[in-house]
Amino acid sequence: MPKDQGIGASTKRREDVRFLTGKGRYTDDINLRGQTHCVFVRSQVAHGRINAIDTSAAEAMPGVIKVFTSADFAGKGGVPCGWQIHDKQGNPMLEPKHPILAEGKARYVGDAIAAVIAETLEQARDAAEAVVIDIEELPAVVDMKAAVAGGALVHDEVGSNLCYDWGFIEDNKGAVDAAIKSAHHVTTLELVNNRLIPNAMEPRAAIGDYNSASDDYTLYTTSQNPHVIRLLMGAFVLGIPEHKLRVIAPDVGGGFGSKIFHYVEEAFVTHAAKVVGRPVKWTAQRSESFMTDAHGRDHVTKIELALDKDGHFLAIRTETYANMGAYLSTFASSVPTYLHGTLMAGNYKTPHIYVNVKAVFTNTVPVDAYRGAGRPEATFQLERVIDKAAREMGIDPIEIRRRNFVQPNEFPYQTPVAVAYDTGNYQATMDKLVQIADIAGFEGRRAESAKKGLLRGLGVNCYIEACGIAPSNLVGQLGARAGLYESATVRVNATGGIVVMTGSHSHGQGHETTFPQVVAEMIGIPEAQVEIVHGDTANVPMGMGTYGSRSLAVGGSAIVRATNKIIAKAKKIAAHLMEASEGDIELKDGKFSVAGTDKSVDWGSVCLAAYVPHNYPLAELEPGLEETAFYDPSNFTYPAGAYACEVEVDPGTGKVTICSFAAADDFGNVINPMIVEGQVHGGLAQGIGQAMLEAAAYDANGQLLSGSYMDYAMPRADDVPFYMVDHSCQTPCTHNPLGVKGCGEAGAIGSPPAVVNAVIDALQRGGHKHVTHIDMPVSPVRVWSAMQG
Amino acid sequence: MELKDSRIIAARPEDVWAAILSPEVLQACIPGCESITGTPEEGFEAVVVQKVGPVKARFTGVVTLSDMVAGESLTISGEGKGGPAGFAKGGAKVRLDPDGEGTNLSYEVQASVGGKLAQLGSRIIDGFARKLADEFFARLQSAVETPGAADATEAAESDADAAEGGEKKKGWFRRIIGA
Repeated sequence: MPKDQGIGASTKRREDVRFLTGKGRYTDDINLRGQTHCVFVRSQVAHGRINAIDTSAAEAMPGVIKVFTSADFAGKGGVPCGWQIHDKQGNPMLEPKHPILAEGKARYVGDAIAAVIAETLEQARDAAEAVVIDIEELPAVVDMKAAVAGGALVHDEVGSNLCYDWGFIEDNKGAVDAAIKSAHHVTTLELVNNRLIPNAMEPRAAIGDYNSASDDYTLYTTSQNPHVIRLLMGAFVLGIPEHKLRVIAPDVGGGFGSKIFHYVEEAFVTHAAKVVGRPVKWTAQRSESFMTDAHGRDHVTKIELALDKDGHFLAIRTETYANMGAYLSTFASSVPTYLHGTLMAGNYKTPHIYVNVKAVFTNTVPVDAYRGAGRPEATFQLERVIDKAAREMGIDPIEIRRRNFVQPNEFPYQTPVAVAYDTGNYQATMDKLVQIADIAGFEGRRAESAKKGLLRGLGVNCYIEACGIAPSNLVGQLGARAGLYESATVRVNATGGIVVMTGSHSHGQGHETTFPQVVAEMIGIPEAQVEIVHGDTANVPMGMGTYGSRSLAVGGSAIVRATNKIIAKAKKIAAHLMEASEGDIELKDGKFSVAGTDKSVDWGSVCLAAYVPHNYPLAELEPGLEETAFYDPSNFTYPAGAYACEVEVDPGTGKVTICSFAAADDFGNVINPMIVEGQVHGGLAQGIGQAMLEAAAYDANGQLLSGSYMDYAMPRADDVPFYMVDHSCQTPCTHNPLGVKGCGEAGAIGSPPAVVNAVIDALQRGGHKHVTHIDMPVSPVRVWSAMQG
Repeated sequence: MELKDSRIIAARPEDVWAAILSPEVLQACIPGCESITGTPEEGFEAVVVQKVGPVKARFTGVVTLSDMVAGESLTISGEGKGGPAGFAKGGAKVRLDPDGEGTNLSYEVQASVGGKLAQLGSRIIDGFARKLADEFFARLQSAVETPGAADATEAAESDADAAEGGEKKKGWFRRIIGA
């Protein structure tokens, strides 16, 4: 019988009550006394020299308080990049300044050049139209290969558009080249991982507030990691010490990575609030989100897979061009490198792997982590090339994968690309997939589709991801400029209620439900007795935030540690109250008892004693019941799984319809199965969106053509099937106390190759043998054109 | 975006030539043109109100004429700025060849748009530009073949537009030819 609370229960999401009844409190819902409004004047050209900015007409308009340009930020820093990559030769990446407002040149359509502060939003908008920018349009670079082949320079001062040329692992290259040269078979695939626009439901927003009495600042912002923003903005951009800067990220309506990063608008409103002496508010319009939220993916890759005559993988060699956009966003440099290269082994035993990545500046919106971040790019190329190899060698695509899996008895498994998988069972998830997707029944379904004149195809793939980001000592060696631990404070009140302050941030993940399940289980009290506080640097001691499927694995583990400290202290108090030895105290169902006796004291009494210490061992123990813990994982976690997609292709139009999608995931232990399924569903929808519909398009001049929902196709309910998801294959993580691996990104990582594999399968079975690859999105025109040859 | 077309006009090339260089004729022919001033030698300045899909704006721009071979060919280039709506720029190579008693007017237009126009209007911009080009040359043809007709057409359209709430369907093309 399913549990009705605690670990393993599908507790309904408590936060949904306020979200679904319109009572959420988002940044734009906050209005401060005396607040002013900000509108940015943004570049309309992708690349241009700013000759002059005339703000006089705008400043004379009604309600205008001040118009800012880069001159107002003299002496302030640029927005920093949080991860330094070293190239093949060991040289640091090129790291041009990313100013708050454009200095000298504008580098993408949407680059902020000036900003108007006015009494009302309408006045600010009107005045923004009156700011005259004399800008001389320069040739733009959009195509990555052209950008490194001598196109216009995005940043003149660094002398090149090649941010870095990274080899991973450079010492492996000789062995990889040799293995490919002598292999029985080599499959080569060139592909594009299409550029995506994140489209969180809530656009970004920020409010800066400065208190002249105390000389401190408050920033309200749509962030996945307020403490990181505090550190980056305070230390690197504005020079505000952390104790004088409070960052609040209240309810946040979706992030998908795009709200990890420190954006210029945050620094702008914080600084401007002090200059004008009043709070400054900015909320992005949807059009602004399209052209300023960091985009995702945008890789162009060539991958080669060498195999022996039995289909065993011998070596993988890749060359990828990764678009950085016009400036380095906060984690942009890490996505195509350590979040991508380290995953190229996939679920397989490939002895030799070499990954080359060329990161390129172009006159486009900065590109950074988007749900999956590097791992979808790795998975897509690997699982596509395996499919192509299977077809070329006449081996069943499931069989060729099974033949190369890391076997259950081979963990921990050291890959040739730095990471070591702690645990997993890829045969088991594949077995589960074969069952839930009814692979055996495919031929029958294909025959049914054929009767309707439709080509049916089956696509299967596996994925693995490195989540629970990350061990600080490891990422530090790799160039990360931050630690990636998490902290938690568990505060027990006198009447037994608990407040958990976590550095993780919930913007859709359901932490307010899941984390209490863990604490309630550990103590044996009702979940309703536990409350979660997050998203405020003044209330939470420290935090690294939520991304990389790390909240439960890292943040949850910190909560477990803090709760264990609470339990240890509570046992001391209970021992004193019952005049027993601390070692004999047992905690079960919210009751402390002395082993082997009928003596007990309940949770509430112990909590009361801690705060009303009339009968208390004051000589040995401090009053109060509050503990803080930090947790830094010793390894990544490695969720993995096997996915299957069936499609029907209409040969007359090229239209692809997804008939079914099955996902067998191994997330280790699961705290709330319903929330896990919801996360998988959301991830699948985003992956299917990438595979079927979404593409950010630029013209040759760097104009964003897909800048609205008229031209950027998001998946809708009728674009996705009912999913079959299963997470019963559980190999618990071996190194965190909960045995959990993370589930937030899996669906988006694992699903794109399944869709494309299915489309190619449908066309191949339908006699279109020449079609071996179609780039995403697999739109009707692309599929139809491919069929025509 | 590129488009290419030609049409036969029942007037001699020198008359067509004169019409193209006349600000008054241009204003009458450019859909949405509110004003146009200047000379062929110094260039023209024009103001055009135009609506592309969801984006409506008043474009101001400078048009220059170059490669002028009297009565035969010229290149018109220009850029119009529509404030927050974005910008458009482009050029047209126009050739006038005698065709019996009349003129074969052929043109090759290259145009690009930026800012909000590109962001929101890319899907419809090509068709829109083609329609404007057609309208411009149809009006030019009519103006040259029956002097006074272009003004009448313009007036009639203005009335019709006023009836629809004053929205004129006008002048992106104007920038191309030099507003």
